[in-house]
Amino acid sequence: MNKVVKNAEEAIQGVKSGMTLMLGGFGLCGIPENSLKALAASGIKNLICISNNAGIDDFGLGVLLRDHQLKKMIASYVGENKEFERQFLSGELEVELNPQGTLAERIRAGGAGIPAFFVPAGYGTEVAEGKEVREFNGKMHLLETALTADFAFVKAKYGDYSGNLIYNNTANNFNNMMASAGKITIAEVEELVPTGELDPNQIHTPGIFVQRIFQGTNYEKRIEFETVS
Amino acid sequence: MALDKNGIAKRIAQELQDGYYVNLGIGIPTLVANYIPEEMEVTLQSENGLLGIGPFPEKGKADPDLINAGKQTVTALKGASFFDSATSFAMIRGGHVDLTVLGAFEVSENGDIASWKIPGKLVKGMGGAMDLVASAKNIIVATTHTNRKGESKLLRKCTLPLTGVACVKRIITDLAVLDIVEKGFKLIERAPGVSTEEIKHATEGILIIDGEIPEMKF
Repeated sequence: MNKVVKNAEEAIQGVKSGMTLMLGGFGLCGIPENSLKALAASGIKNLICISNNAGIDDFGLGVLLRDHQLKKMIASYVGENKEFERQFLSGELEVELNPQGTLAERIRAGGAGIPAFFVPAGYGTEVAEGKEVREFNGKMHLLETALTADFAFVKAKYGDYSGNLIYNNTANNFNNMMASAGKITIAEVEELVPTGELDPNQIHTPGIFVQRIFQGTNYEKRIEFETVS
Repeated sequence: MALDKNGIAKRIAQELQDGYYVNLGIGIPTLVANYIPEEMEVTLQSENGLLGIGPFPEKGKADPDLINAGKQTVTALKGASFFDSATSFAMIRGGHVDLTVLGAFEVSENGDIASWKIPGKLVKGMGGAMDLVASAKNIIVATTHTNRKGESKLLRKCTLPLTGVACVKRIITDLAVLDIVEKGFKLIERAPGVSTEEIKHATEGILIIDGEIPEMKF
């Protein structure tokens, strides 16, 4: 079975209006830049996007937002994006904010076949609205449900033809869990190598979770806040 | 005199213990890293997937793949590790992080904290704050005692949407160190030169003053 596709345009084949997508990354760190550009160029609308953040106004998920391609965002932190704030406050964009760890675990659970689980985060806050509450070990917990997606887009430093992935530094973040939670997972990598060239001991995401893989080009890797000593 | 941000951070650093794993929030809490006593081994956790945060990189050496939870470029210390977000929150939710320091808009006398949302105005999201306050063994709030309008941030009851309930243990402000006890905010220390009267005036919630209150020592 050949998982290797030529580029992002070929990789996003099958993405349709109304679908649910997952997009890896934390801020602009580890985002699938090539896939995001192809999705923006495709003009596909009414997307439900699951991503920790919403990019910035002119980069990352922010571009899809600007072009009104998103119907709903499921995220944990969306600062640094004026257009997001505007669309959210005006009601144009549906938004579901999740505690970050809950979001990560909902995605992990989705990929691991666990339909729901209890966590303490959000108890007694507006996040708890409409959710089942149960006490375990004297502490209150909320029932949270798993998340899956029609397509998951992840970005890694290295990948091989079998779909095995290795991330770099803090660019792993949501990518690893999202890879397991997509019905179809598309990985873009900075360096694509033949199967057998990556050390099996170093693989973060085993190839079973990846259906399509390609080597990305022209990575900008923008820095949101360059801070130096 | 009221402490400045660095003064608050310096006082918080006195709460650290050798071997602690600590998560520092954005703002004043981040400054605590500058005052970790040299002889102490304290490991900083960043919820985006880094254990062992190092100083900011030298000019020209910033790595876009190496950031903290505030999305600032950082470095990784010797012995650091990288991991995904689910593992990161397993550390937090599982109670493996010893201390969480975070900022707040409001804290109530029963330990509720509001730190993530001003309705109709600020929409940023809670990030990892709700997970952190719900699970950390020890939570210190680092904040100014009053807001820019001079209104108390230490209240009988929070007015803004909550981040967590009955979770804050200690509050370190520009004026005082206070613990959350059954009946309210218990005054533990005063900032140098700040009177109990001033602290009383700046605290809307019940303030418990038990005997002579010492000044903070630096």
